[in-house]
Amino acid sequence: MMKSKEGFIHSIESFGTVDGPGIRFVIFFQGCPMRCQYCHNPDTWNPGGGEKMTVEELLKEYEKNKGFYKTGGITATGGEPLMQMEFLTELFTEAKKRQIHTCLDTSGILYTEKKKEAFQNLFQVTDLVLLDIKNSREEGHLKLTRQPQKPVLEFADALARAKVPVIIRHVIVPGITDSREELEGVGTLISRYPNLKGLEVLPYHTMGIKKYEELGLSYPLEGVESMSKEEAKNARKIILETIKKERMKRIKE
Amino acid sequence: MREEWTGFQEGIWEKEINVRDFIQKNYTPYEGDESFLTEATESTKTLWAQVMDLTKQEREKGGVLDMDTRIISSITSHGPGYLDKNLETIVGFQTDKPFKRSLQPYGGIRMAVKACEDNGYHVDPEIVEFFTKHRKTHNEGVFDAYTPEMRACRSSHIITGLPDAYGRGRIIGDYRRVALYGIDRLIEDKQHQKDTTRTIMYSDVTRQREELSEQIKALKELKELGKIYGFDISAPAKNVQEAIQWLYFGYLAAIKEQNGAAMSLGRTSTFLDIYAERDLKNGTFTEEQIQEFIDHFIMKLRLVKFARTPEYNALFSGDPTWVTESIGGMGIDGRTLVTKMSFRYLHTLENLGTAPEPNLTVLWSTRLPQNFKRFCAKTSISSSSIQYENDDLMRVTHGDDYAIACCVSSMRVGKEMQFFGARANLAKCLLYAINGGVDEVSKKQVGPEYRPITTEYLDYDEVMKKFHDMMKWLARVYVNTLNIIHYMHDKYCYERIQMALHDKDVTRWFATGIAGLSVVADSLSAIKYAKVKTIRDENGIVVDYQVEGDFPKYGNDDDRVDSIAYDIVHDFMAYVKGNHTYRGGIPTTSILTITSNVVYGKATGSTPDGRKAGEPFAPGANPMHRRDSHGAVASLSSVSKLPFKDAQDGISNTFSIIPGALGKDDAVFFDDIAFELEPDCACCEPNLTVDEEE
Repeated sequence: MMKSKEGFIHSIESFGTVDGPGIRFVIFFQGCPMRCQYCHNPDTWNPGGGEKMTVEELLKEYEKNKGFYKTGGITATGGEPLMQMEFLTELFTEAKKRQIHTCLDTSGILYTEKKKEAFQNLFQVTDLVLLDIKNSREEGHLKLTRQPQKPVLEFADALARAKVPVIIRHVIVPGITDSREELEGVGTLISRYPNLKGLEVLPYHTMGIKKYEELGLSYPLEGVESMSKEEAKNARKIILETIKKERMKRIKE
Repeated sequence: MREEWTGFQEGIWEKEINVRDFIQKNYTPYEGDESFLTEATESTKTLWAQVMDLTKQEREKGGVLDMDTRIISSITSHGPGYLDKNLETIVGFQTDKPFKRSLQPYGGIRMAVKACEDNGYHVDPEIVEFFTKHRKTHNEGVFDAYTPEMRACRSSHIITGLPDAYGRGRIIGDYRRVALYGIDRLIEDKQHQKDTTRTIMYSDVTRQREELSEQIKALKELKELGKIYGFDISAPAKNVQEAIQWLYFGYLAAIKEQNGAAMSLGRTSTFLDIYAERDLKNGTFTEEQIQEFIDHFIMKLRLVKFARTPEYNALFSGDPTWVTESIGGMGIDGRTLVTKMSFRYLHTLENLGTAPEPNLTVLWSTRLPQNFKRFCAKTSISSSSIQYENDDLMRVTHGDDYAIACCVSSMRVGKEMQFFGARANLAKCLLYAINGGVDEVSKKQVGPEYRPITTEYLDYDEVMKKFHDMMKWLARVYVNTLNIIHYMHDKYCYERIQMALHDKDVTRWFATGIAGLSVVADSLSAIKYAKVKTIRDENGIVVDYQVEGDFPKYGNDDDRVDSIAYDIVHDFMAYVKGNHTYRGGIPTTSILTITSNVVYGKATGSTPDGRKAGEPFAPGANPMHRRDSHGAVASLSSVSKLPFKDAQDGISNTFSIIPGALGKDDAVFFDDIAFELEPDCACCEPNLTVDEEE
């Protein structure tokens, strides 16, 4: 594999506590092919933006304060880190050499069977994947993200085969992904993955609106209100119950 | 062994005044959890309701309920005061009733008068006359000795917050000695110290003899104070209730005579636990009773009140007393100093509800017992009232029987004291360097008339050179101003009871302080890495700056600017050390303007980092507001690079975080999922069934 010298980095959060276990050094990758309606980081879309940084520079920043990350590690998020696949793999490979816990926050959208081997290499150095399941059905997925769902499911299958632990993330948007049918759909969809280690249901919030204004973009979910934490908890319960039900069904069959 | 000490492990603490030895020989480390704690008793609830009612009345009256205008406060000045004599298990107020503020003119009669006037009270004219004509105060002494240069620095606020009109505080008496030894033994010890001073009467020996006499008088008065409340404290305390009461009398005597900015309690919980353990073992008291004593004791500490002016309260953002109590920590032998009493102290936040005073400070070590850590976290979440300080860092210098005065000043209890020194405004110092000693606000020549910078754009090397010259000047004026202040405070407002509860030969820390560190670091970084254009008034004084381009900002873990901050602290401290200090004080510095950063900012013109005239500084060693863009770890990391060895009096970083940014509170990760979803686990029954069927 050719080594990519530099990655395009949007920003770094030195005290990440919501993207993977423990306190984490969170690297926001620049560039994303998805256009999720509720995206709160539209400033990471453009693949040409951000600051150029090398793996060494990033890890040096990490090492400086590694005392803080004893129970955490590095999380690659974005943007879509898979857009810079080689750089990402190189970063995680180097991190694993130094015994740093690696976590990838992704939509899985860029998976193709053609690049199977490259992904295999990445999986080998990835301790945890936060996989964002946008929608349970193809058409809903397309509408919400302007991208097909198929690669996401193939990516999830590949993770299961590689036995990479996965936490599913799912954003609940009022009126779009909060119906009982949709929640059960998500539960059914993910119930078949044995490598599932967690489920995180994120309530939709409107904190991204300001960024759209700053970027001069129109906000796709204009008028949709934030969701309460309670509602999200409830939604999570429904998904969990569905997973249980589906698994028991399968076991009995 | 004395009868009161029955059951204690013997040691050199019997032969000499040595509380640490007593603690080490007798305390019981506690690694268990909080399940032994008991709730507030009915008496406690009744008393606290009474306090809440008085607090409400005080607030409605505009912040002060009652003030003494006739009786000059001394250890024995007032008769006994109670909330409800029948319910209180620990007694004693500063005056003859709770919420009545005492009159303390020794620091300065003008401040005492003003504090009364501003609250609608009038000091007895005879007292005013006495302290104007016949008895000099600390304040008058200081101003008699100040040089014109010192006065100019003071009014331009390049040196600010000086304790020259009020009590300096920061001295912690070892109040535990009263409980362990009783007053008679302490007097005996002080008498012996007086009998064994050097015999050629140099002025320092004369001063020492006079001070020891004052200390002995104060101890005798302390015994009287006990009698006023019906106790004989000449002998050691016999049980935990007496130990708390004796100890509190010692502290009460101190706050009756001194209204210092911080009147801290020390490190008392582990000491008192020894008595509690003995009483529990002997069946003298139950856990519930002991908790009640502690609740009532803490209640008293919450009701410490001083007469203050509105300006004073504005400077410190409230009406603080900094009754700091240090809890926990680790011993140098590796055992934890956490005891059940550490839990009981913190539990008052539950039993009495949350409060900022006393300032309960946990000396945090990574090696503290897990149960205690968890309890601290839990209590912090429910009360938001615990302060944490790094025991692992301070234990290296101060051993394992130090306490915190105010918010961060550490000192060995009874062995070290501090001369509180306010702070120098380094941001203004930088502006003086640029303007040749002319104050950018008043336009007066305050500093020395060094050559100003005349170029349109600032040159880093030129500015640095001038800044160093100006820092050197400032350090000299500053230290000498403090020398006068502490000389006069010792002379006219001597802390006799606190010093009576110290060893004969104490180590004196000569505290100084720095304000505006992050402003200076960013300003110098802007000059070095961006272009800074000067904007001058009609007389050529630089009054504003225009920054062209970006520059590394302190608070982002960027060594280019963090090293500048390091150098400033180190270099300024070196200049401070180059001066003679009063009474052999060992210079230290602090970077901790936790609340006064707003006031300092107000008095300082625009700075080369883009901060506009009058805008607040960042508190303490904090990065400037909104300039740290890489998250908390990077911000903390910048602060942690500052040299503690140069700033042993403390480096503060005020850090607030919204709960959501500390992680997920609803368990989404492995634990619950692993349990609920792993086929081998949550679905184990059907799984087993499957196995059988197969």
